[in-house]
Amino acid sequence: MSALAAVRRYLRDFTGESRWDAYVERCEREGTEPMTRRAFERHRDAHRERSTQGRCC
Amino acid sequence: MTPKARSIVVWTLVAVVGAVCWAVLALSRGEDVSALWILFAALSSYLIAYRFYSRFLARTVLRLDDTRATPAERLDDGADFEVTDKRVLFGHHFAAIAGAGPLVGPVLAAQMGYLPGTLWIIVGVIFAGAVQDMVVLFLSLRRDGKSLGQMVREEIGVVGGTAALIAVFAIMIIILAVLSLVVVNALAESPWGVFSIGLTIPIALFMGCYLRFVRPGRVLEVTGIGVVLLLLAIVGGGYVETWGLADSLTLSKETLTVCLVVYGFVASILPVWLLLTPRDYLSTFMKIGVILLLAVGLVLATPVLQNDAVTSFATEGNGPVFAGKLFPFLFITIACGALSGFHALIASGTTPKMVGKESHVRMIGYGGMLMESFVAISALIAASVIDQGLYFAMNAPAGMTGGTVEGAVEFVNGLGFTLSPDQLNAAAAAVEEELVSRTGGAPTLALGISTIFSDAFGGNLAAFWYHFAIMFEALFILTAVDAGTRVGRFMVQDTVGNVWKRYADTTWKPAAWSASAVVVACWGYMLYVGVTDPLGGINQLFPLFGIANQLLAAIALTLCVTLFLKHGWTKWVWVPAVPLAWDLVTTMTASYQKVFSSDPTIGYFAQADRYREARDVGEVLAPAADASQMATVITNSTVNGVLQASFAVLVIVIVANAAVIWVRALRAGSLPTTEVPHVPSQLPPDGAQEREPVGAGR
Repeated sequence: MSALAAVRRYLRDFTGESRWDAYVERCEREGTEPMTRRAFERHRDAHRERSTQGRCC
Repeated sequence: MTPKARSIVVWTLVAVVGAVCWAVLALSRGEDVSALWILFAALSSYLIAYRFYSRFLARTVLRLDDTRATPAERLDDGADFEVTDKRVLFGHHFAAIAGAGPLVGPVLAAQMGYLPGTLWIIVGVIFAGAVQDMVVLFLSLRRDGKSLGQMVREEIGVVGGTAALIAVFAIMIIILAVLSLVVVNALAESPWGVFSIGLTIPIALFMGCYLRFVRPGRVLEVTGIGVVLLLLAIVGGGYVETWGLADSLTLSKETLTVCLVVYGFVASILPVWLLLTPRDYLSTFMKIGVILLLAVGLVLATPVLQNDAVTSFATEGNGPVFAGKLFPFLFITIACGALSGFHALIASGTTPKMVGKESHVRMIGYGGMLMESFVAISALIAASVIDQGLYFAMNAPAGMTGGTVEGAVEFVNGLGFTLSPDQLNAAAAAVEEELVSRTGGAPTLALGISTIFSDAFGGNLAAFWYHFAIMFEALFILTAVDAGTRVGRFMVQDTVGNVWKRYADTTWKPAAWSASAVVVACWGYMLYVGVTDPLGGINQLFPLFGIANQLLAAIALTLCVTLFLKHGWTKWVWVPAVPLAWDLVTTMTASYQKVFSSDPTIGYFAQADRYREARDVGEVLAPAADASQMATVITNSTVNGVLQASFAVLVIVIVANAAVIWVRALRAGSLPTTEVPHVPSQLPPDGAQEREPVGAGR
């Protein structure tokens, strides 16, 4: 894997963007219908709303 | 060559590089010293500390056990608890612990010379700061990710736990106030800065809406757009005069205080997807980008240090940036980067709930703190490579410089430095900002970064780089203010919720709004105290901030010592006990001096008394200009003194409560703890696991 691809992959993991892909893959494997991307991301937003982490000084 | 022989050669080379760098720093006096000696002394020391000391902590002291399932594995719900790749978690943890603190403290401490700060940052992080972060993360990990306050309550006692809860809340308020003060001081009378920073709000709102409604989940895409817009906002700031916006964007400190308080309240009650999350993406990427750029810039520019190794302010304690001698005030001025109690809240917050294997604690806890220390060293270098006359003209409060070029030049020359009005005006013109009495550290760091980047990358971009650096600092301070207010709100709701259940419901708007208002009112008041203080807000409040942060570290290290003794790890108790002892000696000495010193430049109550006595006989003492300002000094100094004394008393209560447990544990050999029993891990050795469908992430 090129360095650039590795950086991109890290950034996608870091921002949580790659979670959608993992979720879709899992649904395919289990033969279940995935929710929409919009619904998926809103679910994550709702979790963030409940669990804000402080930022240090 | 065998791997072992290769390893010996490599580590010997690292040690030799480090030894040479330290020797140069130790022996150079009165000659040009390149900043790279500091940079490489730091890097080689970090490498050796990570390779040897953190491994000793991991293997021998804590005995990290990868056969034991972590809370992330056992309680995995795809949301709060979730196994996360250690490199990704390292990035999250670092983004959470590193803010403006490691940038501001070292800049202010540069008034004592480059050597004391360098030594404390490097030695402090290796034996105290990184140890605290790693051990607290480990202890929380073994207790299902419990918070610092919960662990103190359960492992030390209700008295200590209650004191810890109050201390954590109060310390957070001071931290938010001082961080806000840094932003206010950086943006006051700066239309360019106000324009650029102001635009970050609509940019973040746009990003939030884009992710919510247009392209859900495309974080990298929208962050790329956001970064471009940020850069355009910085460039656009240079045209505010041309566009006729300069007057309306030239804001006083008082106006900015009101803006920030209103912003803090609104931001903390808005949905996180709208403002906090997108701005967090921006600030994190800017943070990492600027730190990398600064490291490259330093190597390319190879700047020469302009300050002395140790200045007379370190020994005489009469520095204009903050009062007090090297001991104890260096050690409370530089907190983040060497030892920061606030990290214990992060290390017992989200991070332990996402660790896949216990061995990851070493990289995330110890390694993350070393990385923050590197940021602090870079900031110290940036403050040390600018002309020192300029440094003091920028960092002395307006009460000393009169706020004018002539006054600043006279003041600085009186300190023994050489600075002409032309030099000061030329430096100001280069960055298109007024530079006199721009206290708070952010403008000085911005000037240092601007100098380094201009030398390293060429071009006539000093003003751009200056405002780029201001933007970089303000961004994550605003994120910290927003997130901190929100966390404070949760604490208020949780506490009141003990007696009024409905109030704990974070979705109930009257509770959320009123709790946010309480938190904002608390830090807003302290911000106002700092902004209006004729003696200079940074000069007055930064020691309170530093001591508060280090007292929080004392609470965290007290917990570590307690748990070492309760577990029966008496042989290794020196690991947290030595940094605890040092931290208590420095913070209690500093607290004592700030409360009881008869020197009005140091003791808050002595200061209040001096102004009160003068007021009673109808005198007006400089830098106060009238009776009303005299009253302000009296009130502010008294408030600061009371807070300072309260923090110290709270910590003494916690340590005294813990000491009872220490004696019991020593007598019994060990005591039961709340550590979760061993459950075998089913994860492969690297801790990798397929992700659950819907997770928290960030």
